[in-house]
Amino acid sequence: MAMTIGVPRETFAGEKRVATVPDVVEKLVKLGFAVAVESGAGDAANFADDTYRAAGAEIVGDAASLWSRSDIVFKVRPPSLAEVGLMKPGGALVGFVWPAQNPELMQALAAKRATVLAIDCLPRMLSRAQKMDALTSMAGISGYRAVIEAANAFGRFFAGQVTAAGKIPPAKVFIAGAGVAGLAAIGTAVGLGAIVRANDTRAEVADQVKSLGGEFVKVDYEEEGSGGGGYAKVMSEGFQAAQRAMYAQQAREVDIIITTALIPGKPAPKLITAEMVRSMRPGSVIVDMAAEQGGNCELTEPGQAVVKHGVTIVGYTDLPSRLARQASTLYATNLLRLTEELCKTQKEKGDGMIDVNMEDDAIRGLTVIKQGEVTWPAPPPKLPAAPAPKPVAAVPAEKKSGHGHGAGAPMAGGTLAIILAVGAALFWLVGAYAPPAFLAHFTVFVLACFVGYMVIWNVTPSLHTPLMSVTNAISSIIAIGALIQIAPPGMGGERPDALIRWLAVVAIALTAINMFGGFAVTRRMLAMFRK
Amino acid sequence: MTANLATVAYLGATILFILSLGGLANPETARRGNLYGIVGMTIAVLATVFGPRVTLAGMPWIVGAMVVGGAIGLFAAKKVQMTQMPELVALMHSLVGLAACLVGFASYVDTSVVFSGAEKTIHEVEIYLGILIGAVTFSGSVVAFGKLSGKIGGKPLLLPARHWLNLAGLLLVIWFGREFLRAESIADGMLPLAVMTVVALLFGIHMVMAIGGADMPVVVSMLNSYSGWAAAATGFMLSNDLLIVVGALVGSSGAILSYIMCRAMNRNFVSVIAGGFGTGGGAAAAKQDGAPAGEVTAISAIETAELLREAKNVVIVPGYGMAVAQAQHTVFEITKLLREKGVNVRFGIHPVAGRMPGHMNVLLAEAKVPYDIVLEMDEINADFPDTDVSMVIGANDIVNPAALEDPGSPIAGMPVLEVWKAKTSIVMKRSMASGYAGVDNPLFYKDNNRMLFGDAKKMLDEVLAALKS
Repeated sequence: MAMTIGVPRETFAGEKRVATVPDVVEKLVKLGFAVAVESGAGDAANFADDTYRAAGAEIVGDAASLWSRSDIVFKVRPPSLAEVGLMKPGGALVGFVWPAQNPELMQALAAKRATVLAIDCLPRMLSRAQKMDALTSMAGISGYRAVIEAANAFGRFFAGQVTAAGKIPPAKVFIAGAGVAGLAAIGTAVGLGAIVRANDTRAEVADQVKSLGGEFVKVDYEEEGSGGGGYAKVMSEGFQAAQRAMYAQQAREVDIIITTALIPGKPAPKLITAEMVRSMRPGSVIVDMAAEQGGNCELTEPGQAVVKHGVTIVGYTDLPSRLARQASTLYATNLLRLTEELCKTQKEKGDGMIDVNMEDDAIRGLTVIKQGEVTWPAPPPKLPAAPAPKPVAAVPAEKKSGHGHGAGAPMAGGTLAIILAVGAALFWLVGAYAPPAFLAHFTVFVLACFVGYMVIWNVTPSLHTPLMSVTNAISSIIAIGALIQIAPPGMGGERPDALIRWLAVVAIALTAINMFGGFAVTRRMLAMFRK
Repeated sequence: MTANLATVAYLGATILFILSLGGLANPETARRGNLYGIVGMTIAVLATVFGPRVTLAGMPWIVGAMVVGGAIGLFAAKKVQMTQMPELVALMHSLVGLAACLVGFASYVDTSVVFSGAEKTIHEVEIYLGILIGAVTFSGSVVAFGKLSGKIGGKPLLLPARHWLNLAGLLLVIWFGREFLRAESIADGMLPLAVMTVVALLFGIHMVMAIGGADMPVVVSMLNSYSGWAAAATGFMLSNDLLIVVGALVGSSGAILSYIMCRAMNRNFVSVIAGGFGTGGGAAAAKQDGAPAGEVTAISAIETAELLREAKNVVIVPGYGMAVAQAQHTVFEITKLLREKGVNVRFGIHPVAGRMPGHMNVLLAEAKVPYDIVLEMDEINADFPDTDVSMVIGANDIVNPAALEDPGSPIAGMPVLEVWKAKTSIVMKRSMASGYAGVDNPLFYKDNNRMLFGDAKKMLDEVLAALKS
């Protein structure tokens, strides 16, 4: 019996997102599920009922009958207690739940013997989990939207211009916190042409900031702020003082401040004081993305845009919802990936059943209630938070000198001495016993070896095949040997002329194959190399 | 032509040959380099033919042999497919080896130049060595040709006590060498010489048979080196400086190439020559516990096309599989299409990809891929973290992360292309079989890896069609 996935209309005031979109409905149906969507659920995000119907969903008129018939409910916002009351006993719920902030909701869901997968509890350190990470996809949208809101409230261009009507300086944007949202904001603001600076307590993000075209502003204090799980942690007193000084300075210099600093399970840190707001130029803008958790700015009013001391402070808490179509699409895809994970153990492909496998690290983390039993918080994933140090030692740290002269590192002194000694002994032997004629040839031979050595190191690796075929052609120089044997002056006598001639003729023919073939094929190859 | 003129002509030819090799330093001067080689060879041959050592009686024979051989050579050069280059080169090496043997025998039976004392001994040692190297080159190249063209299986043939066999062969060669030097007349010397030739031939066969298919690039360049040394030995035998110089040039170039190949595989040159991949028990033991576990994610050609279309940076890593499937032209079509759309497509070439040094570069050049987007391993490895999609076409061992991560792996320490550092890697392969080294590849099980199963040519055609639509 295939399960039914239900998607109700979001009831939270002002929420425009919807938990699934027509494209994803199609894929859910392919997995074997029946999909029911409440009439009008996608209206605010510009997805009409008809498009859902076309994708294979059934449109249900009212919330009550949708909730009661759905085995699995996909939600964006945590359900209200009234909605929980409508829920089918023993059903499943997937969406944002925030179990720490909503203990009553958890109780109500447990009473319904529900299975609850809280997308906000995903163990984000698992690379496998990234495809389901709705926090990341929503944060990216928020970061983008925050810059757009700032631009909307700001009375000037972002990009600097020199026009006939005068020179326009570029806007200066400071972004506090370079998490996903912060990085998205950096990218967007840079794209609009602003000068962007950013700060984060985690030093390792400096490179990411730079890669997006931002400038990383360091706090003049030594402390590492990585708190595990990719979040920041609370910093020491000394650090905070240094940080405040840095923020105060930035506030005087920049036009726009966007704050994204959050610490999980705690109210947002107050980074921007009323004093700093007062020091900003009139017409400046602050976008406080932490407004929902109390705000990073002392003067923020959550959900509102207010003007204080001539500075617009934007405290919207529904930034993803303000980009409803995009946010819904990404969120729906995250949930689809989660559903695929739940279907991984399906006996038959596409039978439309889910399996909450508590052995799976990702699913274990997500599951906050299993059949009425509260399983939150999950134990830390079996995976170590920091990847084990790689056995780098196994890799010889050999620095290649590339082309140029021979092997990289100079040889050890001892080896070199032995080689030189052996070489000297061999040379002495040759010098002591060989006849003069041989010595002349020997000189030529040794020098030629060195010339070959020097020349070949300069050959680019992409031409190694032509090099081999050309040296092969050149080695048919051995034909010279056969040529001078075939009919030297002073033939006759005891010399077996016929035998030698035949040997030489065969040798010439063989080397001629090589000579002509080798050069011709090299030519053919080289003709192909082009820019 | 006087002897002096001939010597000067030889000198000119030598310079041209050095310029020829030097010209291959980059693709722009390479064509001129080849031309230098042709001119040098022409000068050398003409100077010899019209020089004091060849009388008119030999002309018809020389012309006849040259025409026949030249015709065969040109025909072969024209017909050969670029994917068959390794076979052709190996076959040509065998010809040089055989010619060296013939010249050696002819020189031995030639009584027109009489040596005595130390000179006689040295001359005979030179003949002996010349034939020895020539014979090893000949039989080794023939076996290499057989292996490369698939006529002989690629797996190493490991006879029991093979090192002792080689040692016995060496002792035999030395002992017969002594007999050969003591021989009073040419007839007496013939037997030891013939026995040594047979031993050398067997040694050549055994040596190459014991080397695994993945080590073929080393073998081909090593045989290239041998053919050079054979020419140099012949030069000593005939007191000809040109032969000595050119032989030494070719010999050292082949030796350096072999060394470069070995370094690219982090293998010891001696252990490659001594034969057999992963000799000793260590590798077999490591294989059992090193089997990577996990799940392989397959992908379709259409999804591949989508990934490629959305990517900004793409790196393509070709391997022998691309050569086998003759997929290089389709690869280029895809490259061209993506580059027109503004995708930065580049190629990463591992030094031992394919079956001979530079094999992949030649194939890509044949398909008209511009060489400035074809990069070496060292140049491109640092760029993988910024790459959106890395596409592996018919390669396995050269992209195996076990080489860096698993010290127990038989290929541990071999430098590899770090394709798994890209956001997504796509591996095109016929099946899950392991590569030539017989090592399982943990890359296939990585989370960001996708497998595109099927014949490389067919799948790439589908990807191309999907990209065009």
